[in-house]
Amino acid sequence: MTVTTIDKDPEALTLTLIADFAAPVEAVWELWADPRKLERWWGPPTYPATFVDHDLTPGALVTYFMTSPEGDKHWGWWRIGTVDAPRELTFEDGFGDADGQPLTDKSGQMRMRLFEHEGGTRMELHDQFPTLEQMEEMLQMGMAEGLREAVGQMDALL
Amino acid sequence: MVVDEEVDRLFHALADATRRDLLRRSADGELSVSRLADGYAMSFAAVHKHVAVLERAGLVTKTRHGREQLVRTDPAAVARARQALDELEATWRGRVDRMSDLLAHPTRGENR
Repeated sequence: MTVTTIDKDPEALTLTLIADFAAPVEAVWELWADPRKLERWWGPPTYPATFVDHDLTPGALVTYFMTSPEGDKHWGWWRIGTVDAPRELTFEDGFGDADGQPLTDKSGQMRMRLFEHEGGTRMELHDQFPTLEQMEEMLQMGMAEGLREAVGQMDALL
Repeated sequence: MVVDEEVDRLFHALADATRRDLLRRSADGELSVSRLADGYAMSFAAVHKHVAVLERAGLVTKTRHGREQLVRTDPAAVARARQALDELEATWRGRVDRMSDLLAHPTRGENR
């Protein structure tokens, strides 16, 4: 059973997520470290991700594309920051142009940490976007799933 | 398509507690700048500046009403930031569900 809490901060454009898994830290780390495992969860079944270059060492560039139901490829990349296997991974993330070349002017920052917790693993993610436009573009890559929730509510801010 | 500059203005505007409070208080569009200024320990000029930042970001509009200018919040701009975060939340909920499935059934779905 995965318990998830999500804290969204519209002013800072950040999302912090906590998820608990009934598996050892090493197994959860492998979901990030093994590209064949990673691509089984990064994109939804309708928009699968394929990782082309994947090397979790500081400074390395990870590249992937997501394939739309129409067959269009949408490229993304991570620039690995720090790696402390199997505990912590930080990377800059963004998207690429049609040829897969990274566009570096609009990237976000991700920090992923794993902790032993009640016999399983707690994953804490901190995802920060520099601008709303970048966040919207990431979502347009097809990563948004399911029906959009009721929108237009101002309850959080107003 | 919104240009970067507009988005930067939007988030600069939202990054201040007084301005967020001004947005809340301007939701009904019935308060003038001077009435809004009454609610704070700062000067009228300082509040006027905050309102101007919100106006440039498209978060509020001002309408003339007699001798006063009434301030009204534009819900659409604020809703956009919220919607983007809601979609991101849905994305991560989906991912975490798939991670859980993968940990529980490591071999299911391989060799598709």
